[in-house]
Amino acid sequence: MQTSWKTTIQKISRRNEPYVFLVLLALCILIEIRSGQFFSSNNLVDIASALIVPGLFAIGAFLVIISGGIDVSFPALASLSVYATTKFLLDINYQGGVWLAFVIALSIGALLGAFNGLFIGYFKLPALIVTLGSSSVFKGIMQGALNSKQLTTIPVGMRAFGTSSLFIAKNPVSGLTARMPVASIAFVIVLILVYLMMRYTMFGRGIYGIGGSEVSAHRAGFGVRKTKFTLYVMVGMIASLAGVIRVCMMQQAHPTNMLGMELNIIAGVVLGGTAITGGRGTLLGCILGTLLIVIVENSLILIGVPTSWKSVFIGSLIIIGTGASAFQVMRMNRVKSIKIRSKEAF
Amino acid sequence: MAENLLKAEGIYKSFVGVQALKNVTFEIKPGEIHCLAGENGSGKSTLIKIISGVYAPDSGSMEFAGKKYEKITPIEAIKSGIQVIYQDFSVFPNLTVMENLAFNSELADRRKFVNWKRMRKIATEAIAKIDFKVDLDALVGSLTVAEKQMIAISRALMFNTKLIIMDEPTTALTKKEVGNLFNIILKLKERGIAILFVSHKLNEVFEISDFFTILRSGELVASGNTADLDAKKFSYFMTGREFTAKRFEAKNISSEPILETKNIGIEGSFQDVSFDLHKGEIIGITGLLDSGRTELALSLFGILPIDTGSFKINGKQVKITNPQTAVAHKIGYLPEDRLSEGLFLNQSIADNIIISEIDRLTVFAGVLDTKKRTDEIARWVKELSIATPNPENACQTLSGGNQQRIVLAKWLALNLDILVLNGPTVGVDIGSKHDIHEILQNLANEGLALIIISDDLPEVLENCSRILVMKAGRVVSDLDAAKADEQMILSYMM
Repeated sequence: MQTSWKTTIQKISRRNEPYVFLVLLALCILIEIRSGQFFSSNNLVDIASALIVPGLFAIGAFLVIISGGIDVSFPALASLSVYATTKFLLDINYQGGVWLAFVIALSIGALLGAFNGLFIGYFKLPALIVTLGSSSVFKGIMQGALNSKQLTTIPVGMRAFGTSSLFIAKNPVSGLTARMPVASIAFVIVLILVYLMMRYTMFGRGIYGIGGSEVSAHRAGFGVRKTKFTLYVMVGMIASLAGVIRVCMMQQAHPTNMLGMELNIIAGVVLGGTAITGGRGTLLGCILGTLLIVIVENSLILIGVPTSWKSVFIGSLIIIGTGASAFQVMRMNRVKSIKIRSKEAF
Repeated sequence: MAENLLKAEGIYKSFVGVQALKNVTFEIKPGEIHCLAGENGSGKSTLIKIISGVYAPDSGSMEFAGKKYEKITPIEAIKSGIQVIYQDFSVFPNLTVMENLAFNSELADRRKFVNWKRMRKIATEAIAKIDFKVDLDALVGSLTVAEKQMIAISRALMFNTKLIIMDEPTTALTKKEVGNLFNIILKLKERGIAILFVSHKLNEVFEISDFFTILRSGELVASGNTADLDAKKFSYFMTGREFTAKRFEAKNISSEPILETKNIGIEGSFQDVSFDLHKGEIIGITGLLDSGRTELALSLFGILPIDTGSFKINGKQVKITNPQTAVAHKIGYLPEDRLSEGLFLNQSIADNIIISEIDRLTVFAGVLDTKKRTDEIARWVKELSIATPNPENACQTLSGGNQQRIVLAKWLALNLDILVLNGPTVGVDIGSKHDIHEILQNLANEGLALIIISDDLPEVLENCSRILVMKAGRVVSDLDAAKADEQMILSYMM
């Protein structure tokens, strides 16, 4: 029994999640000590609500990275599908519920994702190049064909969804309040579905398999092209869902303000222990890593770090975090040293 | 006389004008261990791919387990009991042993959902078939090569398998692991499973197989009982050339040593190694896989700098702390894994040859002199008889033997004094191996000092003047090659 304990601990110590969790905890405690505001109910709710959009993006990025690919087009994809949706609903003066916005945006997202998936899955082009290209294409369509300007009003259904809340947390000391948006349910549902998919379907295991070795996956009988195609469609839909939620929560549709998020999102996923080379990583780690980035982005101000230093802090965190996992890989792969026998032994 | 399990008759196959197989006939009976041999490019892999359904033959017919096929599809091949174990074993290094074992059958059953209990059951049954013991929850990436191979074999056995094709299964295994593999192959034979074993290692062919088939340039040159085959015939069939093994005799050894090592060592790798190397001499260093021989080779070229002891070159104390200082002292190194360490595979043959002397081929300010470049390339292509229609072709278009010659050319262009070769003929076919040995012996006679690190004992005995045997990090004996034999070296190694 003792040995099994030991091996369990060894196994856990080789994973990234516990370290990310410890760093996260240390950061939270540091902020709490310096400001006394971190563990207040309104701050926690604020962080949870700030996690929704990056969290959804991160789930999409996580899936792609696990499959051995990379996607830098998701902010542009989300912007285009939600912008087109909002504009269309405003043009027809739609007065109904938010569901139609979701249906339209997710359909557009699936289509745009299929565009990525076609080139990456069926034409076997490198994912980075394809998504860099499609990112430009999506931005171009938005700015050219849709002549995008900031939409300061959004359809009434979307507005209502954005302001509705599950509960409101009130800080008894400062009197500040924070809302937990209904959209958080969408995030939790996606999270659970993706978890179940990755663990209990052959499709999900196939994504891990392809990330580990595409040739092996092909020989074992996985439909590699179809799996990749479906994956990018799915990721397009998740990104568009995040886009709609973002617009609803902000109460306006801004064509460019999601652009540029991709780097921090991917950094968070990698920080959570997902191997950038594919095949290894857990959803838990992915969310922990993203949460770390979100907290740094939102709460550093509480300990008096000026916002201009935020990016320096996030950058260092990424370097240290990825460095730590690279070091672990190195430690695991190190040549086993042999025991040199003493002369007398011969 | 038992019925044939597989009979392929009159198989032809060509790829864009190149005839890969010409009228090849091949048969194998249940429970037979059949060795398929041939040099690189002889058509071995094409034949395997036709049998397993990856390629369709241009003409010819196949009969497997009593059923005739014009051409067989990969799915039909698997369903009728043909399994191929590729050199890379087709495993997923990032997943557990259990998943690696269970995926194929789960996919074959067209399952959409994962049942971890069922997967564990499948995996347990699979490894029990060959009494293979392994932690089902371990990641396959953390296993040894031999264990990965066992996984591939267990996986192949799950489908009512009648024929297993193994593509060069012993390449990365230690002697002991090869022994284990052969025991398993013999057990499979008892169960009536036929094994098609692809190899060009002579001793393995003799040790394990009942029958053999040898291909050369796409044609069947010989097949029959392994008992009727001997080493000489084997190399003749493989290459179409007669070889007389020429034992190296050092002709002009310099009186002063060019390199002296004194008590050199690296913590955790080897210790107290001292030897002298003279110009015109070839020293062989041999030992088991973890004897420290590779680390010693790397230390001579500065990749793993030594912790203790000292080097003298031409009588002067020097420090070799990185490959640059080694090159400055005219030491060259031919790596074990030439593909990853020694060559730019995507670059042209020409550029690979001149890369290490590129500084000398410039006119001014780093601009390349194209005339000098062309001359230099032509010289080495000719001198080492590299078989290529155009030196501007990518390096990866060449066979293993020719690639090895390019790595050699790269170093020789530098006018070295000392050349360290780590496993110079690993994965090289017999003909090229012979040619490389001849080149090395000539180089020594022209005054180069060579160190060959190899566990191929005939190679060491044939080409070296002295042999150092390593065991557990120490040199345990320093033998005169002329007086040594394989048995003697083995007794020091083990």
